[in-house]
Amino acid sequence: MALHELTAHELQARLAAGELSARELTDAFTQRLDSVEPRVQAYLTQTRERAVAQAAAIDERRARGEALGPLAGIPLAIKDNLCTEGIRTTCASRMLENFVPVYESTVTSRLQAAGMVTLGKANMDEFAMGSSTENSAYQQTRNPWNLDTVPGGSSGGSAAAVAGGLATLALGTDTGGSVRQPASFCGVVGMKPTYGLVSRYGVVAFASSLDQVGPLSRDVRDNALLLSAIAGHDPLDSTSIPQPAKDYTQALGRGVKGLRIGVITELTGEGIAPEVREAVSAAVKTLEGLGASVDVVSLPSSKAALSTYYIVATAEASSNLARYDGVRYGIRAEGPSDLMDQYLRTRAHFGAEVKRRIMLGTYTLAAGYFDAYYKKALQARTLIKRDYEAAFERFDVLVSPTSPTTAFKLGEKTSDPIAMYLADIATIPVNLAGVPALSLPCGFDAHGLPIGLQLIGKPLSEETLYQVAYAYEQATQHHRQRPGLN
Amino acid sequence: MSTQFEAVIGMEVHAELLTATKIFCGCPAEFGGDPNTHTCPVCLGMPGVLPVLNRRVLEFAVKTGLALNCRIPEVSKFDRKNYFYPDLPKAYQISQFDQPICEQGWLEIQVGEGTKRIGITRAHMEEDAGKLVHQGAAGLAGSTHSLVDLNRAGVPLLEIVSEPDIRTAEEAKLYVQELRNILVYLGVNDGRLEQGSLRADANVSIRPVGTEAFGTKTEIKNMNSFRAIERAIEYEIARQIEATESGERIVQETRLWNEERQATISMRTKEGSSDYRYFPDPDLIPLQISRELVAEMKATLPELPAAKRQRYQEALALSAYDAGVLAADKDVALFFDAAVTAYPANAKAVGNWLMGDISAYMNTEKTTLTALPLTPAHLAEMVRMIDEDVISGKIAKTLLKEMLKSGESPRVLVEKLGLSQVSDTGAIVKAIQEVLGAHPSQVADYHAGKTKVVGYLVGQVMRATQGRAKPDAVNSLLVSELDKQKV
Repeated sequence: MALHELTAHELQARLAAGELSARELTDAFTQRLDSVEPRVQAYLTQTRERAVAQAAAIDERRARGEALGPLAGIPLAIKDNLCTEGIRTTCASRMLENFVPVYESTVTSRLQAAGMVTLGKANMDEFAMGSSTENSAYQQTRNPWNLDTVPGGSSGGSAAAVAGGLATLALGTDTGGSVRQPASFCGVVGMKPTYGLVSRYGVVAFASSLDQVGPLSRDVRDNALLLSAIAGHDPLDSTSIPQPAKDYTQALGRGVKGLRIGVITELTGEGIAPEVREAVSAAVKTLEGLGASVDVVSLPSSKAALSTYYIVATAEASSNLARYDGVRYGIRAEGPSDLMDQYLRTRAHFGAEVKRRIMLGTYTLAAGYFDAYYKKALQARTLIKRDYEAAFERFDVLVSPTSPTTAFKLGEKTSDPIAMYLADIATIPVNLAGVPALSLPCGFDAHGLPIGLQLIGKPLSEETLYQVAYAYEQATQHHRQRPGLN
Repeated sequence: MSTQFEAVIGMEVHAELLTATKIFCGCPAEFGGDPNTHTCPVCLGMPGVLPVLNRRVLEFAVKTGLALNCRIPEVSKFDRKNYFYPDLPKAYQISQFDQPICEQGWLEIQVGEGTKRIGITRAHMEEDAGKLVHQGAAGLAGSTHSLVDLNRAGVPLLEIVSEPDIRTAEEAKLYVQELRNILVYLGVNDGRLEQGSLRADANVSIRPVGTEAFGTKTEIKNMNSFRAIERAIEYEIARQIEATESGERIVQETRLWNEERQATISMRTKEGSSDYRYFPDPDLIPLQISRELVAEMKATLPELPAAKRQRYQEALALSAYDAGVLAADKDVALFFDAAVTAYPANAKAVGNWLMGDISAYMNTEKTTLTALPLTPAHLAEMVRMIDEDVISGKIAKTLLKEMLKSGESPRVLVEKLGLSQVSDTGAIVKAIQEVLGAHPSQVADYHAGKTKVVGYLVGQVMRATQGRAKPDAVNSLLVSELDKQKV
């Protein structure tokens, strides 16, 4: 396999053995960017010079005999809503077209410390609002498995970069499925950690009570490696769980014998594409064959999840995005007649979906509507959380498809927001409950598009999810498939 | 007969807390600095930043709540108050809406000879906004553009809201004075109304005496001194009564006190119905206020003004007025307490010297008690020396001036300047004889029955002894010397 097709742990073996330098690896990726990126368009900003310098520094450190971590020298794509000091961070919005952060997010600074090589900033739906990356103000990222289909979203650029061999690993953010759904569409592994496991400091906020940074990778081990590097308490984030980082690869290879797996009934019937349903049930059979016990489980409150999510998330977003007023950074309307004119003309630079959500959220928080919408939504959120708590009394891991369908065609759902929102029906309840979930490839449809299996765990049970995912991966070959971009 | 009206007044006081750093970041909270130098990504509201609560702010808030007899709930939380303004970097202020850190307290003010309890509805923590510097005009009106200084953005505030228990402008002033004194005693605020680190707004309405329903209220802002508070509210009550009597309706609005015009002026802004869309801030988890923290803060509470006033009256037998004056200023009270501890026998005299000569000296020298070299022990010693007839009260005035300048002990100064009282009868008699010898005509007058000249002769003896002779001794010895001559 070519360098761009290998996993981080495979590359690290070569780097550590001296068979490959970080510089050579980076060069291989910049060549790959030259040939493939124009078709995939995963990146909004490429940082090739910085990547070369970072790689050279790693090679020097290795030459000096320094002990380097498992991610040193590995090429990385960073979703463009993670603040990177000195590197333009746009959130795929016109609003932040010229915004260069003066500080580094906690996650990216941890990866810098781990010696990763940043290739650039990945495309996304504007301010992470969307499920296809079609809401980017700049470009349309395409799914490497079929360039006429979407990569999913909102972390579409990150998922496409990993799937298309344009980065070995990538960081995304997941507010309602934005790591898992594109991972599913692009045939890679994506993890949404427990809320609070990974610092949000420097993550441009969409919905603060739901946002989590998550790793995207070609296999489960890589994913565990990347999570190990970014997780752990951060005093700069008050919602960060006060516990130290750990090595999530420790759980790999423990098998699934004796683990109790619950198949979510609401997500295995109507509304799920037959091929997706079949692939998921085949995956469940595989796990059963490996020694897990399987039963069905109902999460009755999840039917309220979508509407709950679109109240909570938009309410928070309406407040989080209010700071883009043209006063301190980002775009500012020229020659305003007065303050209101400056606000109105500056904020006109938001895209349609962002405006829709700001208006929705402003409405649900307004006096007179607060009790009927926001307060109700918080109550529904509690019920959804309780459903999971009840289910986890009987099961260790819950299983569902990650997305009801495989990747859809570009433009297919852009005119119908509700249809687009339904693409996240299986992932949204997880964010509302704050629990961890992972998507991994479990097959392909008739058009050769990847299907994702979602594993959902108890709070802070990321190790268990990796344990199950790894066992499944070892028993199957889906993760070895690569799109035929060449 | 015309209707009698009474005013219904509630106060909202914003106190900047005296923490070293801001409420949600590590920037200095101190006043001043070049524009935008006390800032960082967090208080500038950069994309992606998060707030982390300064623990001192919580401690100060709990401490203040306890001093104001408030209930400190087990759970408190922060909410976002959403509105657009260029001095508000995130376009929302992190504040507390329905679960404030302090609830249902009170404080007592001294009105005349009695006291009155004013309820405290709540006190909550919040961040201050920055400030706009308007260009091309003195204020917003007529300016060409405005600059934003965010040094103040994120400075911690405690907003303390009273019940509408206040009935007069004087009570309102007394309430703010008492609250200010408590905050200064606690060391959580510097109490400077003029500088704006303590800001008091008043909600004022009127109603016919004997009725219960509230009238329409106006909010009065921009009162930068105690005098302004009293004058502004007086003015506003009179304005509302006059308007009501002439059949006008009071409009709910914000009015600014104008110092030059000595009037409250309507802001005339179309406030509309400002809807702040409060909701819990998802970046800050609800605060669990441990009872240990509350107990710990309770243990650090100093003796507060009301307790001091009571003690001064009951244990030290001071008048209500004197107790009030001494307790009002933290520095004076602490000085007084230390001096009385050093010499407990005559608290009244210690207090009189503080309120009299020392206070006058501070006024003329424009200085403060803490800046003076005088120590409580030295003041105590001086009072003791008067009481023990080592010096006269008159000499003490001279002595005190020296003490205030040099900070030396009264004993050393008395020695150095030769100020000790002459109580040696022989020495006084000798001086008397000299004076009598030098004033034969006055002596003759005395013997002719004009006893008034005694006063003059006493004065001459005092002068001859440089004031060090004990006046009553001089008086009796002089009379006996004169009477001796008669025989």
